[in-house]
Amino acid sequence: MITIDNKGYYGEFGGAFIPEMLHPNVEELRQLYLEIMDDETFKKEFQQLLRDYVGRPSPLYLAERLSAHYNASIYLKREDLNHTGAHKINNTIGQILLAQRLGKKRIIAETGAGQHGVATATVCALKGIKCIVYMGEVDIKRQAPNVARMKMLGAEVRPARSGSKTLKDATNEAIRDWINNPEDTHYIIGSVVGPHPYPDMVARFQSVISEEMLWQLLDQTGKEDPDIIIACVGGGSNAAGAYYHYLNREQVRLIAVEAAGLGVESGESAATSVLGSKGIIHGSRTLLMQTPDGQIIEPYSISAGLDYPGIGPLHAHLIKSGRAEPVSITDKEALASAYFVSQKEGIIPALETAHAFSALEKIKYNSTDVIVINLSGRGDKDLETYIKHYDKFH
Amino acid sequence: MVLSTGYWVTRTKNSLPNTHYPIPNTQKMSRIQQLFSEKKENILNIYFTAGFPKLDSTKEIILSLEEAGVDLVEVGMPYSDPLADGPTIQQSGQVALKNGMTLDLLFEQLEAVRNSSSIPLILMGYFNQVMQYGEQNFFTRCKNVGIDGLILPDLPVYEYETYYKTMIEEAGLDISFLITPQTSPERIKKIDELTSGFIYMVSNSSITGAKKGISDKQIAYFNRINKMNLSNPRLLGFGISNHETFSTACQYANGAIIGSAYINALNNTKDINRTTMEFVEMVKGQAIDAKIL
Ligand SMILES: Cc1ncc(COP(=O)(O)O)c(C=O)c1O
Repeated sequence: MITIDNKGYYGEFGGAFIPEMLHPNVEELRQLYLEIMDDETFKKEFQQLLRDYVGRPSPLYLAERLSAHYNASIYLKREDLNHTGAHKINNTIGQILLAQRLGKKRIIAETGAGQHGVATATVCALKGIKCIVYMGEVDIKRQAPNVARMKMLGAEVRPARSGSKTLKDATNEAIRDWINNPEDTHYIIGSVVGPHPYPDMVARFQSVISEEMLWQLLDQTGKEDPDIIIACVGGGSNAAGAYYHYLNREQVRLIAVEAAGLGVESGESAATSVLGSKGIIHGSRTLLMQTPDGQIIEPYSISAGLDYPGIGPLHAHLIKSGRAEPVSITDKEALASAYFVSQKEGIIPALETAHAFSALEKIKYNSTDVIVINLSGRGDKDLETYIKHYDKFH
Repeated sequence: MVLSTGYWVTRTKNSLPNTHYPIPNTQKMSRIQQLFSEKKENILNIYFTAGFPKLDSTKEIILSLEEAGVDLVEVGMPYSDPLADGPTIQQSGQVALKNGMTLDLLFEQLEAVRNSSSIPLILMGYFNQVMQYGEQNFFTRCKNVGIDGLILPDLPVYEYETYYKTMIEEAGLDISFLITPQTSPERIKKIDELTSGFIYMVSNSSITGAKKGISDKQIAYFNRINKMNLSNPRLLGFGISNHETFSTACQYANGAIIGSAYINALNNTKDINRTTMEFVEMVKGQAIDAKIL
């Protein structure tokens, strides 16, 4: 059984390792999040926005040409069709409603690929709340279209200039901002990371993905269960959402796809479950890439959304307990999949999601298997990268 | 039978809550406790990042601080991702790590310092560093090299009580927890119970080095804490940088902690001893003299 206790532990992973300055905010959330999320008017508002604003349910699409190529039944859960182009908005809609109920007047967020930043800027515009997004300087360069979108939506994008200048550092800066603004601010974390209750709260908001999969699969295949669910893992929110209602259905295989960057052994990688060890990152006891002295190692991946040296505590637990199978995919393999899927199915996936598609080349399965790939986002934001490498792959 | 569990019995007998923990080696006070038993005001605690500005600056810094009349020294273990720290301490940590500072090296340096210094030493760092060293190893090593106390800002009270309290007590180390203007009275009482040595009173909810000066709102908070009659002495930290802020802090607490301002002073210095003497003189200014008179 996969469960979380009231201190936020999945097995030995989780908890809230935060400085005292954050305690009041995090404790307020911990005490109230379940109550607020269970409230009928909250649920109604959340579901209505997911339907009318985000465009849910997202389709579950049988990808026939991919299925023929890989000799299995491959379904794509189309989170790329959500408003703003990724799964991230499921969480930001939930958290903005929660922030309103907590009386917060100012929203901060971190972003890697910019998808979470855009999704946060979007819901802040929707509700007329001030929005500040921290983004690593490196990511600001490689995800320029999303930076422009955030500005267009009225958000302020603040560059994170410390460390590797990517997602980890943007998260540090957001946490520091929260410490400095303890009263009026809510921090919308973009993945199932951070101190309890964030991993659980974000997983619950994203769980709409697998909730829909249950009836969509029943409809299309006659069974609620697929054989395999594949999702990419940066912090792990799209994977958590796609796994959520199947966590305790042991017959469903869960594949967690991580970014190997230039190769797991290359020193330029973000394959946390292989390279990581137990430790604390961003307030959570989980798996992370670190030196023997506990200094956090700067990760690398071509994909800004997977370029993170940790994974959420749920995933650490799923992987260490054997419930989920980790797969590492290099930049090159992900790029190849992105071009392949684009031309096989007419869908340009996000670079993050391209990693999930590559897992089809690595895992063992049967021809009778029903495989769901969580298509976490669309590739518009990555066009510059795709065009740059296009000739090498054609 | 369920009702005969120890928990139930304790509750029904309405016995005293288990809040008194024996300190090992009771006849011998720790250096920190000794200090606070002898000196009640104007206590100056200075923080520096080990390995900054140079890898081997540790000894010279500590001896200079002691010579300058500082009461306690807080030794920062440089960390890649110091969440509670502002840019000054972050950058000093990055320099220190680039210089090659490691925990083992730091322990060696501190062991060497202990031969010629008796100033209370407190290690400050992030809990991941302790975890990776091995918690028990870390605490034992601290004790063996002559460290007196710990400040681990991201070690939560719950985890401390559940897993580490006994280990830290058995190693004979003091531990300071933080309180902020937002910490609730019940939690402050709990923190007072768990603290040994002194409470680290964060002057304003912020990261280190973030805010300058002390406002009326902060003073109301200091007064509120003073009225609580806590059992531990309190040092005020965050935003204390000069004579003015130090003397204000000393009016409302037993003393103060200075970090970023000292790191800034050390930046680009050619003479650590001289910079330190001048810095401490600047901070103490005439305030101490005035108080003595
Ligand atoms: C499209 C897409 N997929 C996946 C991710 C990775 O995040 P997570 O692991 O939280 O789903 C991101 C992050 O930015 C993303 O934009």
